Amino acid sequence: MSLTTAHSVVAPSSNAKLIAGTIIIAYALISIVPLLWIFATSFKTPPDSIAYPPKIVFQPSIEGYCNLFTTRTRQTPEYINSLGPATGVCDATVRKRNMVIAGPSNFLPRFVNSLIIAFGSTFCAVFLGTLSAYGFSRFKVPLADDLLFFILSTRFMPPIAVAIPIYLMYREIGLSDTALGMILLYTAVNVSLAVWLLKGFIDEIPREYEEAAMIDGYTRLQAFWRTVLPQATTGIAATAIFCLIFAWNEYAFAALLTSGTAQTAPPFIPTIIGEGGQDWPAVAAGTTIFLVPILVFTILLRKQLLRGITFGAVRK
Amino acid sequence: MLNRTADNVARATPEPLAKKIRGISDKGLAWLFISPTILLLLAINIFPLFWAIYLSFTNYRANRPNDVVKNLGFANYKRILGDQDIWIAMQTTAHFVFWTILLQTVIGFTLAWLIDRKFRGHAFWTTIILVPMMLSPAVVGNFWRFLYEPQIGLFSYVVSFVTGIPPTNVQMLSNVEMAPWAIIIVDTWMWTPYVMLICLAGLRSIPEYIYEAAEVDRASNWRQFWSITLPMALPFIMLAVLFRGIENFKMFDMVNLLTGGGPGSTTEVASITLKRQAFESWRTGYSSAFAIILFVAVFGLANIYVKALNKVKQR
Repeated sequence: MSLTTAHSVVAPSSNAKLIAGTIIIAYALISIVPLLWIFATSFKTPPDSIAYPPKIVFQPSIEGYCNLFTTRTRQTPEYINSLGPATGVCDATVRKRNMVIAGPSNFLPRFVNSLIIAFGSTFCAVFLGTLSAYGFSRFKVPLADDLLFFILSTRFMPPIAVAIPIYLMYREIGLSDTALGMILLYTAVNVSLAVWLLKGFIDEIPREYEEAAMIDGYTRLQAFWRTVLPQATTGIAATAIFCLIFAWNEYAFAALLTSGTAQTAPPFIPTIIGEGGQDWPAVAAGTTIFLVPILVFTILLRKQLLRGITFGAVRK
Repeated sequence: MLNRTADNVARATPEPLAKKIRGISDKGLAWLFISPTILLLLAINIFPLFWAIYLSFTNYRANRPNDVVKNLGFANYKRILGDQDIWIAMQTTAHFVFWTILLQTVIGFTLAWLIDRKFRGHAFWTTIILVPMMLSPAVVGNFWRFLYEPQIGLFSYVVSFVTGIPPTNVQMLSNVEMAPWAIIIVDTWMWTPYVMLICLAGLRSIPEYIYEAAEVDRASNWRQFWSITLPMALPFIMLAVLFRGIENFKMFDMVNLLTGGGPGSTTEVASITLKRQAFESWRTGYSSAFAIILFVAVFGLANIYVKALNKVKQR
């Protein structure tokens, strides 16, 4: 602990770094095991997935993915032999289990629902959020703090409590189990996040830019369009990804308010069953496909993550 | 000379006219920008809320829309506050909130403190640790059901391997004692990174010169931790605790998929009770009253949150 060393006196010793690094890496590896296990299970056959002891080394198979996208019926070997040669890899895989593919499963439509609802609500929330955030950031709005708190407070209600009246209201106006109904609901939930995050981002853009543009003869609206929006692109993109992740992951509203045509993937995936219980490789396959986009976004977002999860309260 | 003329003309032009020439007035634009959001929230959040308040005074049942609706006054509220099951659900919720926050704060702060040693590659491993919190609690929580399966589940296998308990006896979800802990473990796994990330921001906000001064004064590492690190990171820790507290008060996804409130009602948190009353027993009026009571409770928390937020911002 000498003061003569070149580096800062408070820099941790190399021993401390070694211990800290070891513990962190150990924690990271342990915490990632469930995700690796999902990935591994998606490439197991159903018997391999429920083997005891759990198999770490196994023969990879795409049966889980085949089962995820298809419905199958059990047939006699004679019937299967009477069919022509298998038409594809999945066809061949299921025939080994004395099954034939009966048709597509509901996974793809549910996945498409997730895409439509997540992107639709994100677009609406970010559009409304950008306008409101600019309004709150640049103008003296009467009761601004109260309005901002009101916008945020809608986020503190338990989803089930919100779902009861929404369920009744949607039933009255014919929005039950529709993509539009879900988009409106997710927009309302996400707009609070969008306003708070974007207000922070827009607050950071110097007013002088717009003022200069307005002196040059731009109207307020043109100044907003030509100078503020381009400056806020990063913030808008980050906000959009946060809204997208929320809408993509949401389960409670989707489980209670959708049942068929507008159902999203999260309430659907747990219901994937095979013969005699849950078809875990298929569930794992669905989970893997569902999680990959989020993994990519998390890596893209890692610098903005802190801001997003605290509604802009911590900016670093 | 010419300049002065232009100046005079500018001064003579009345203010409102100047603004009209430039398009909509600022005030008009502000409302034009803010009102769509407010209208949407009024339609999707506030109107249903008032509807729920109305229903909470009635015996309305959503599965029998043609029944005569009777006004019950405060009967629903009285019944809820005297209902043993509701109080048990509130206790279960409190139990979850307490343990998840305690575990997540202790582990999360420790991890942040270690990452702040800035060892080689810390940024990469931090990103790895952050992954679970971004995933869907429902979809990943559902998969934990598989990890918890006795014998064939990876979690049960590892537990029996380490402790020597026969693998068929490691029953996390069907055992009355263990089921609440099964949920606490998944929640802690998922949300510790959240607390860690906020704590890390807190630790990094402490200026280095304070430590340098402490070093000059020969304060021990222990002393530095308790007198500098912890107090200065405290607003951030509090913020994380409040966010997690509010989120876990609403906890629904994981519980619904892992145990559905069972076995029996050992893991029945407030949201599960609400779902059972509203969407299984269809006691809409009664469950609306419970929802309103939860609103009030969460609103109290929300106010505390905003006060804490302001305190953090003032620093």
